[in-house]
Amino acid sequence: MNVTTPVSTFELTGRGVQVLPTSSSKATKVLGWLSLLGFAVLVVLAFAWVPQDTRITDQGDVVGQFDAVRLMFVHVPAAILAYSGFGITFLASLGYLRWRTVWWDIMAVSAAEIGVMFGVLTLVTGSIWGRPTWQTWWEWGDVRLVTTLVMVLVFIGYLAVRRIPVQAQVQARRCALIALVGVVNIIIVNRSVDWWENRTLHQQSTLLARKIRDETLFTLTFSLLVGAALFAWLLLHRFRMAYLQSQLEQLEVEQALVERRAESQLHDCQAASALPTQTHLSDAPQEGEDQR
Amino acid sequence: MLRDVWLVVGKDLLIEMRARVGINQIVPFAVIVLLLFAFALDTDQAALRTYAPGLFWVTVLLASLLAIGRSFAVDLADGTSDRLLLSGIEPVAAFLGKVIAIAVQLVVLELLLSLGVLLLFDVSVQRFGLLVSAGLVGALGLAVAGTLYGALVAGLGMRESLLPVLLLPVVAPVMLGATRAFQDAFGVAGAQGWAWLGLLVGFAAIYGLFGALSYGTLLEEA
Repeated sequence: MNVTTPVSTFELTGRGVQVLPTSSSKATKVLGWLSLLGFAVLVVLAFAWVPQDTRITDQGDVVGQFDAVRLMFVHVPAAILAYSGFGITFLASLGYLRWRTVWWDIMAVSAAEIGVMFGVLTLVTGSIWGRPTWQTWWEWGDVRLVTTLVMVLVFIGYLAVRRIPVQAQVQARRCALIALVGVVNIIIVNRSVDWWENRTLHQQSTLLARKIRDETLFTLTFSLLVGAALFAWLLLHRFRMAYLQSQLEQLEVEQALVERRAESQLHDCQAASALPTQTHLSDAPQEGEDQR
Repeated sequence: MLRDVWLVVGKDLLIEMRARVGINQIVPFAVIVLLLFAFALDTDQAALRTYAPGLFWVTVLLASLLAIGRSFAVDLADGTSDRLLLSGIEPVAAFLGKVIAIAVQLVVLELLLSLGVLLLFDVSVQRFGLLVSAGLVGALGLAVAGTLYGALVAGLGMRESLLPVLLLPVVAPVMLGATRAFQDAFGVAGAQGWAWLGLLVGFAAIYGLFGALSYGTLLEEA
C-alpha cells in the first residue's frame, strides 16, 4: 500500500546512484559554450578573413568559386559528421546484436538522428554551392551525391521504424538489422553508381596538391573542430535524453504494477471485511478470494 | 533442409494459386501502371521504346511491394511464421522458401508484363538470353531483399507505408542494373548488359547471405 512516487529524481543505474532528470552536465555545458563560441569565431573567419576563391588563368581570365567557397566550411564538416553519425549507428547496432543491452540501442538511435540532420545539411549546402559553381543544383552522375542521398533516405526509414510503438527489444533488434543492411546497401549503391556514370564533379583533394590557401585551410580545419564539438554535444544530450526516457518508461511500468497490486490488496481487504457475514459458508471459496 | 525449403515454397504458392490475388489484383495493377506511363509520355512511341526498360522495372518494383506485403500479411494473420519455427523448420529454410515463392510470383508477373511492353511499347528483343537471365536474377534480387524487409516490418503498425520507404532505396541497385541489362537486350542503348547482370548476381548473393544469417534473429520475437 505504501506507494512511493519519485518526483525529482530517477533511480538510473540500480546501484543507488541518484541522477537528476536532466541531460545536462558540466561536460556538456563546457562543450556547448565551446561550440557556440567556436561557431561565432568561424562565422567571422569564414566571412571576413578568408578571401574569395579566385585564380587567374594563362589567358588572363579570372576563374574560381568566388564567395561560394565559404559554404565549404559548413558543407565539409557536415558531410564528415553525417558519415560519422551513421558509422556510430552501424557499430552500435553490431554492439547491440552482440551484447543486447539498452546502452548500444540508445547510442545507435541517437547517432542516427544526428547523422540524418547533418546529412540533410550536407545535401542542402552542396546543392546551393553547386548552383553557382557547377551550374546545376543536382548531378545524377556524381557518386557522392547519389550515395549520400540514398544513405539519408535509408536512415530516414530507420528513424520511421523507431517511431512505431512496439516492444522495446523487438524494436531494438529490428532497427539494428535495418542499420546493418543500410550500411551494406550504401557500399553497393556507391559501387553501382560509380560504375553507372563515373563522372564526379567533386574536386579531387586540393589539400594534398597544396593548391589551397593557408587562410582557407586553417578555417576549414577550425570548422572541423567546431563541428566535432557540436557533434559531441548533441550526441551526449540526445543519448542522455533517450536514456532518461527509457528509464521513465520502465518506472511507469513499475508504478503501474505497484498500483495494480495495491488495487488487488484493497479488493482483498474488502473481501475480508465482508467475510464475517458469510461465516456460515464453507472455507474453500474464502481461500480462493484471498489468493486473488 | 531442402525438403523444408520446398515445403515453405509449396505452402506459399498453393495459397497464391487458390486465392489468386496476384493474377486478379497485382497483374492488373501493373498493366494500369504501364498504361499511365503511356499517358505520361504523351503517346510518343519513340520515347516509350527508349524508356521501356526503365518503365518495365519501375512497374515490377511497385508490383513487388504489393506481392511482398501480401505474402507476409497472409502469414501474420494465421501466425504461420511462429508455427513454422515451432515445427522445427530452420530459419534459413523458411527464408529461402519465402524467397523462392516470391521470386516465382515475380517471374510470372515479369512474363506477363514483358508481353505488355512488347505489344504496347513496340520494342524488339535483340538478345534473348540476356533478357531472360536479367529477368530471373533481377526477380531473385528483389525477392531476397523483399523477404528480408517484409519480415522486418511484419507485425509493425503502418507497415504498408513503411515497406516502400525501407525497401525502395535498398533495391535501387537492382533497378539500375536490371534497367541497363534490359536496355542492352532491347538494343535501345549501348550498355554492357552482361556486366550489369554481374551486379544483379552480386546483389542477390550479398542480400541472400545477409538474410540467411539474420533471419533467425529477425523471427526470434515474432
